[in-house]
Amino acid sequence: MKHRKTLWMAVGFAVLVGLIGAAPGLAQNEIFIPLLVYRTGPYAPNGIPIANGYIDYLKLLNARDSGVNGVKITWEECETQYDTKLGVECYEKLKNQGPTGAALVNPYSTGITYQLIPKASVDKIPIHSMGYGRTASADGRVFEWAFNFPSTYWSQVSAFVKYIGEQEGGMDKLKGKKIALVHHNSPYGKEPIPTLEILAKQHGFELTTLAVDHPGQEQKATWLQIRRNQPNWVLLWGWGVMNQVAIKEAVAINYPMDHFIGVWWSGSEVDVVPAGEGAKGYKSGNFHGVGTDFPLYTAIIKQVYNGDQAAAKANNIGEVLYNRGLINAVYDIEAIRTAMAKFGNKPLTGEQVRWGFEHLNLTEARLQELGLAGFARPIKVTCDDHEGNGPVFIQQWDGKQWQKLTDWIAPMREVVRPQLEQAATDYAKENNITPRNCASES
Amino acid sequence: MLYREAGQFKATYRQDQAIFPVVQDRVCVVALLVVAYVVVPLVANEYWLQAVLIPFLISSLAALGLNLLTGYAGQVSLGTGGFMAVGAYTAYKMTTAFPELNILLIFLLSGLVAAVIGLVFGIPSLRIKGLYLAVATLAAQFFLMWLFNRVAWFYNYNPSGTITAPPRTFLGLMVTGPAATATVRYLVALSFVVVFALVAKNLVRSEIGRTWMAIRDMDVAAEIIGIRPLTTKLTAFAVSSFYCGVAGALVLFLYLGSVETLAFDINVSFQVLFMIIIGGLGSILGSIIGAAFITIVPIFLTNAPRVVGFNVPVDLSKNIEAIIFGGLILFFLIVEPQGLARLWQIGKEKLRRWPFPY
Repeated sequence: MKHRKTLWMAVGFAVLVGLIGAAPGLAQNEIFIPLLVYRTGPYAPNGIPIANGYIDYLKLLNARDSGVNGVKITWEECETQYDTKLGVECYEKLKNQGPTGAALVNPYSTGITYQLIPKASVDKIPIHSMGYGRTASADGRVFEWAFNFPSTYWSQVSAFVKYIGEQEGGMDKLKGKKIALVHHNSPYGKEPIPTLEILAKQHGFELTTLAVDHPGQEQKATWLQIRRNQPNWVLLWGWGVMNQVAIKEAVAINYPMDHFIGVWWSGSEVDVVPAGEGAKGYKSGNFHGVGTDFPLYTAIIKQVYNGDQAAAKANNIGEVLYNRGLINAVYDIEAIRTAMAKFGNKPLTGEQVRWGFEHLNLTEARLQELGLAGFARPIKVTCDDHEGNGPVFIQQWDGKQWQKLTDWIAPMREVVRPQLEQAATDYAKENNITPRNCASES
Repeated sequence: MLYREAGQFKATYRQDQAIFPVVQDRVCVVALLVVAYVVVPLVANEYWLQAVLIPFLISSLAALGLNLLTGYAGQVSLGTGGFMAVGAYTAYKMTTAFPELNILLIFLLSGLVAAVIGLVFGIPSLRIKGLYLAVATLAAQFFLMWLFNRVAWFYNYNPSGTITAPPRTFLGLMVTGPAATATVRYLVALSFVVVFALVAKNLVRSEIGRTWMAIRDMDVAAEIIGIRPLTTKLTAFAVSSFYCGVAGALVLFLYLGSVETLAFDINVSFQVLFMIIIGGLGSILGSIIGAAFITIVPIFLTNAPRVVGFNVPVDLSKNIEAIIFGGLILFFLIVEPQGLARLWQIGKEKLRRWPFPY
């Protein structure tokens, strides 16, 4: 009998806790951001630093400025394991939370982005797939609700080809060269192929594409082919455990690491460290600063970690992907700020935030104010251009940390943009979408 | 007390052969249908419909299909995901090529195409059985995945290889595409499951179902009494793949809206197999209970700590979910190796004798 009593007490306590836990949800002056994260599964090593970086910036704003212009930011994480089905469940669960619903969503998976793009216009929630997702969504006339600034895969790969041309001593030297693309066999990994094919035709290099199936642990055959073909350059479009395996395999076949360039999702500490010394010289694309040498990081360590450097380090501060999560949060918050300048300092609806995204103009001066001078390039998003046409740079692993190797490389817009508009037009036709007329938009 | 069939006499063969011979069962089924068709759409919000019930219904359909093959005809298959992919890609190709064609008709046609593919991959079953057949069907799974990944024609040369369900209407209602409401999608999925469960139930009660079971129980004996293994096994493969194909088309059009081959990978085949093993091999009800168990319990487990107010970090709660879910599978398989449907049946027997058990 006694046990039964304890049991009832426990149940009563649980219910009580539940009620208390639910109560703060009633606060009104809040803006809610759903966070689709993956802290478990084969992509967790990459998912964790991104999520930490994103959340740390929100924490900083809440602690230092009590939110954005006085409106507190709230968020809830939901585990997707990079799985599209779980991602959809998470999105459906979180989209109506907060007083005005989700302000925006970062899917953090190209597969989930593809799912959400059609839903976004119905649910009125803008999607920011920062440097991933559907490249065609850079055409804002068709993809009103999706943003993929500061750059896209197509822009990036064109910058890579430009870089390779430079290294070979001129674009005309690309003729007859062999470039191999090792890619994740998913929409994400296939994204750069059409651009590479066009560039291969233009510049006369020979392109081999080698697909690696999810999750990417098995790449022996792929690298055997590379050993046989001896391509001059290898590009890597991987994610999660696939990156680590690819770099290890490249080391194993003694491929010259400085001729091996990864996409910006294949260039973080977790990818190269397992390969040890051999990974030295490996390169990858990037679009934001590396390290912690920026005033904003001092503020984060002070406000979020109470000056505890070790705790910050344990939460991946300064790692490439942490910085990426951080810049993502900065972009999103700046979009919200832009929207607040028009709609007032109150919780904003997704529709208002969308307007903010579309009129985002992040200047050099503003980056300076944020404590991020030199961290990222200024960017201007317009109705027509949701990509911002951002340049990228190449970074190199020196065995201990990532070093910025090149200056900003501008993508070949004249190649990428027409292709992108074509893809957007095709999408519009298939889904009965009438493109907006940007000239008439304010 | 309530559940007693005493006094319910069957005067005709028709009554004797009814699917639900007991009045109480009929009442329950009608009540369940009313709840599913009327109450749920009124009560459930979009999250419940889109993220919980629609995947559950579609999984039920796939599990039904596999149960016809594995549970009734005794042919183990690991190609379910592949056959679902055939349905999805066929439906996509057809509806983009002939946009005027009725979308429900397209679902059925894509099921037919899947049936033909299933038939082809069922041919090895004439020579090999059991685990060896499972390996042979695995080839179907990997071959089909490879095909849809590599041949750009299947995804209309779209650079990313993803197929997206275009908007289509039926009776003036948006059924697919982003503008379709969750309620409409749910009702379409529900109708498919109800109709196909009824068809399956009648199939297994008819001659064809009895030949399947004869082959399952002992194929040599079945052959001796005049059942042709060729037609029997191949019809089982065809019908099963038809169900899976329709389920695959529904995954694309009603549930996810846009898919890549990863949505139909080998894990899907395993999941559907687990559904019927846990739910009960050779049971229509078992397919549905098993699908409910595999799709809904993880969602419940992930969200349970938050609902009662424990703010568990997401990664921890995901891992706890995996532990508890695995434990539950073990528990149910130990308690009742014949599946949840058998538990339900035992429960009914007990209820019948209540309050005087013996």
